[in-house]
Amino acid sequence: MVERNVMAYRHNWIVILSGFFEPVLYLLGIGFGLGSLVPAVTTGGHTVSYAMFVAPALMATSAMNGAVYESTANFFYKLKYAKTFEAVIQTPIGVEDAAMGEVIWAVIRGCLYSIGFVVIMEALGLIASPWGGVMAVLAALLIGFAFAALGVTITTFMRQWQDQEIVQLALQPMFLFSATFFPITVYPPILQAFVAVTPLYRGIHLIRGLTTGQIDQGLLIDVLYLVLLGLVGVAVASVRLRRRLLK
Amino acid sequence: MSLMAGTLHVVEHNALVFRRIWRGSIAVSFFTPLFFLAAMGIGLGGLVNRNSGGVNGVPYLDFLAPGLIAAACMQTAAIEATYPILAKIMWDKTYEAALATPVTIPDLIRGEVVWSILRMSIVATTFWIVMFLFGVGHSLSALLAIPASILTGLAFATPIMAFTATRRNDAGFAAINRFVIIPLYLLGGTFFPIAKLPLALQAVAWATPLSHGVVLTRGAVLGNISAPEAALHALVPLAYFAAGLLMARSLLMKRLAK
Repeated sequence: MVERNVMAYRHNWIVILSGFFEPVLYLLGIGFGLGSLVPAVTTGGHTVSYAMFVAPALMATSAMNGAVYESTANFFYKLKYAKTFEAVIQTPIGVEDAAMGEVIWAVIRGCLYSIGFVVIMEALGLIASPWGGVMAVLAALLIGFAFAALGVTITTFMRQWQDQEIVQLALQPMFLFSATFFPITVYPPILQAFVAVTPLYRGIHLIRGLTTGQIDQGLLIDVLYLVLLGLVGVAVASVRLRRRLLK
Repeated sequence: MSLMAGTLHVVEHNALVFRRIWRGSIAVSFFTPLFFLAAMGIGLGGLVNRNSGGVNGVPYLDFLAPGLIAAACMQTAAIEATYPILAKIMWDKTYEAALATPVTIPDLIRGEVVWSILRMSIVATTFWIVMFLFGVGHSLSALLAIPASILTGLAFATPIMAFTATRRNDAGFAAINRFVIIPLYLLGGTFFPIAKLPLALQAVAWATPLSHGVVLTRGAVLGNISAPEAALHALVPLAYFAAGLLMARSLLMKRLAK
């Protein structure tokens, strides 16, 4: 299944390459442009430059966006119109393999973006230690895995293209309010607690901790949360796919 | 057929299609400004105000909101001028069908421009109302931000329509979004003053219509622009619109007259 996607994308590599342009632009525009208005941000007791604060959030967001796009719009198309899966499960490949293959493919694609992004962060001096950069790529992989699993699961419930809009409507506030552009302490305590249980916030918290060098047990909670979300997603998606395809 | 009637038929066609999808569209044009003004204007704005005492002497929310209206119209115009237009040229062949009636190619273009204005009016007005609810722009002249942002959008509508007339598939549209719309959105004076950019980029920014549109909407909302100054800034988007109109016309003629 992974191989099929790689083959299909060989002709479309420019699309992948230009997808990398966007987060970098956000980094330059928001990180440095807005950084000229906000010299420093205090996060978890440390004070860092605004670009250093925003960069990990953009990295987590782009990992999420890539995974969600691949696992909803693209996956929905394959499921409903291209009938790729009907063809696939006629072969010895099982339904679980097909679902897992989709998730892995989304993760690989996200990984390429993350490595590029970390290299640029490093070049701009936005990472506390190179080791943190390597860990951040792994963290972005985990975020991609969790959101891809979530995306595939949601897609198995979709009937029509208009349902895709609901996904967009959910992504936008997550992007804006998950302590992406300002610290969570801006919110009143109740809102803080609510934001803290959303998946993108956990992802941003994890990568920000790694790249700014604030390693503590809090990061372990992020990792557990994302792993659990991903595993539950894959399990539910397999059951749903089986029901949808083997009827 | 009279000039008006042909144009109106094209607008009517678009309105009939829109009737089936307007609920989702209105919801998006209401929630997007709500989320953006809350997160960027108030959340981020709090940081900006504390650190730099606002921007150019006003709180960050007041600086940001009018710029976002112009940017929202730019985005709406760009979307309306790509996929729907190419679909009518190529995939659904709507234009071919329309041209079999007394409707002419100039009618088609006028109709699409009028439709684009209607779509942007919805977006700009909804945005303006949300901005008003956030307490920005409490004067009658602030309403001028709506026509100013529509003008900004028009400066993108016709040139992109001309580009679409040359396309055989939708591959170029992602590039337009990535290399034109998003960079302008992020760097075109909406989120921070253009003066903060490196000098070379400042020159590029001032050569594009968005930066001037943002000056107009911001001037209208904050009430700090003189009429002659506004007229001068309006010239740039007007020029883009006019040039795009001529190009769209000749390119669409070439494409559809086979």
